[in-house]
Amino acid sequence: MTQMAVQAEGLVKRFGDVVALDGFDLSVEEGSVCGLLGPNGAGKTTAVRIFATLLRPDQGTARVAGIDVATNPNSVKKIIGLTGQYAAVDEYLTGRENINMVGRLYHLDHRWVTNRTNELLERFRLIDAADRPAKTYSGGMRRRLDLAASLVARPKILFLDEPTTGLDPRSRMEVWDVIEQLVRDGTTVLLTTQYLEEADYLAEKIVVIDHGRVIASGDSERLKDQVGGDFVEAVVSDPGRLTDAAAALAPLGQGDPVIDEVVRKVTMPVSGGSRILIETIRALDAAGIELDDVALRRPTLDDVFLALTGRAIEEEAEAAVSGRGRSRK
Amino acid sequence: MSAPSMSTSTEVPVVRSWPLLGWGISDGLVVARRNLLQTVRVPELLFFSLVQPVIFVLMFAYVFGGAIPVPGASGGAEAYREFLIPGIFGQTVAFAAAASTVGIAEDMSKGIIDRFRSLPMRTSAVLFGRTVADAARMILVLTVLSITGLIVGWRINDGFVRAVAAYALLLLFAYTVAWVGAWIGMYMRNTETANTAGLVWLFPLTFISNAFVPLQTMPAFLQHFAAWNPLSSLVLSCRNLFGNASGQTPGADDYWSLQHPEAWTVISCAIVLAVFVPLAVRRYRRANYR
Repeated sequence: MTQMAVQAEGLVKRFGDVVALDGFDLSVEEGSVCGLLGPNGAGKTTAVRIFATLLRPDQGTARVAGIDVATNPNSVKKIIGLTGQYAAVDEYLTGRENINMVGRLYHLDHRWVTNRTNELLERFRLIDAADRPAKTYSGGMRRRLDLAASLVARPKILFLDEPTTGLDPRSRMEVWDVIEQLVRDGTTVLLTTQYLEEADYLAEKIVVIDHGRVIASGDSERLKDQVGGDFVEAVVSDPGRLTDAAAALAPLGQGDPVIDEVVRKVTMPVSGGSRILIETIRALDAAGIELDDVALRRPTLDDVFLALTGRAIEEEAEAAVSGRGRSRK
Repeated sequence: MSAPSMSTSTEVPVVRSWPLLGWGISDGLVVARRNLLQTVRVPELLFFSLVQPVIFVLMFAYVFGGAIPVPGASGGAEAYREFLIPGIFGQTVAFAAAASTVGIAEDMSKGIIDRFRSLPMRTSAVLFGRTVADAARMILVLTVLSITGLIVGWRINDGFVRAVAAYALLLLFAYTVAWVGAWIGMYMRNTETANTAGLVWLFPLTFISNAFVPLQTMPAFLQHFAAWNPLSSLVLSCRNLFGNASGQTPGADDYWSLQHPEAWTVISCAIVLAVFVPLAVRRYRRANYR
């Protein structure tokens, strides 16, 4: 049996009346990237904090590299790295001092840490700012520094809690690059994200979590297949002919066509690959309907989440942010 | 990515050997260094923490000085200044606790504490490092205060060794109250509350004592508290060790704590540490702020 790098069985964690995790299971193979995807409040951060020994589960077991985090947290701490949602850097210390301090608290040899710190500062393009206090850093630089600090001891397993939330697109791409390189070097990565494209881009395995439970898992292709194949989307020139278009398409579909009047679009689930696109165009042409655009698309993870929960992921995230706000700093 | 990072990417980290005094102290010193670096990086804060006790010296020496007679000493305001300076020393080191309260509350409210808690460092190191740094900062504060004292007429009369002993007791006291302050800081949800809560208990501690006025001037029930207040024995120890006017009158201050002030200072610090170190460490283990 291959040992799982990260494993959880039946994790339950309550905060007062709030059930953050409600029978959460997970297994992540060594050397792979697993994306924990879900809206705000789904329990992603709680799960990561349990694996990183910051929280104890109320029920269930969590293992990292086969070690139980509840009974042997210190052994776990030696082999993991954690980058949380909030940049865990000391603002008054320089970038170099931050990384160096973390290295020393991993109980690593001083001279080794000095070299490693330089290496990381270069790798994360922080070498020019290395001797400036971190409070002068931009958000992206802080996040890179945070990531660098969590890598100082070459952790076998890295936990990244929403590593790119709040970053501009360029910084996000940089973080993605670093994660990809770490995985090439053999690091196991468990990352949480609200961004569907992030999970799609980075993770071999995606675990969708909602209300503290796993509601689907697999690679992104398999998840998309669960929704049932592809979609045809046709944008009609004349809004008055939307219903005609839907009627013409209906015999070709796996399900009913859906009309979006605002963007003059008919969307319909189909199967049969690119052939279906040709048939779509023929059918619409035969009905004399003019098109602005027509496309066959794979379902996105938005479709997956919608199909699994009946809610759109972005709406949920926005509702959580605007309704509750961030109650704690 | 750059070439050097690839070439060394499989290198295994070198783990340091077990330090002489154990990881608890080693980790604590790493954190203490971090806290002291913060002090250096925010010189304004350091400046004002120095200005405050200096203002106290000048205020008490010249505003109250003439109004408070010191028993057993002649010379009015000058005698009071000599009596006062060890009191200000005591008050100042007691207020080290407030810095610890704010410092810990600030740490706990930020992401850095998650970093610390995910590292294989000793649990107590964050608290140990905080209290050591706050006590160490007092060395500088006491130096500035001593110079101010010398300017307004205070003197070290009983030699170098006894003076060193007095400073050592002051630092022990600073370290002890820093633990109490750190423990309070862990219950604070934000630094604003910590600022207030860190101070409230220090006012009775410092004012219901012999720091500024002789004990006999207080009503009897306050005298009991003041006599056993560790700050009183600390201040009295300093007055004795520096050879300053003690403000003691034979027979009137008939308390063991005041007859053996050095011993009571050490004993009471030991008791407070024995209670608050485990309390604070336990609270830190359980703290889950975000």
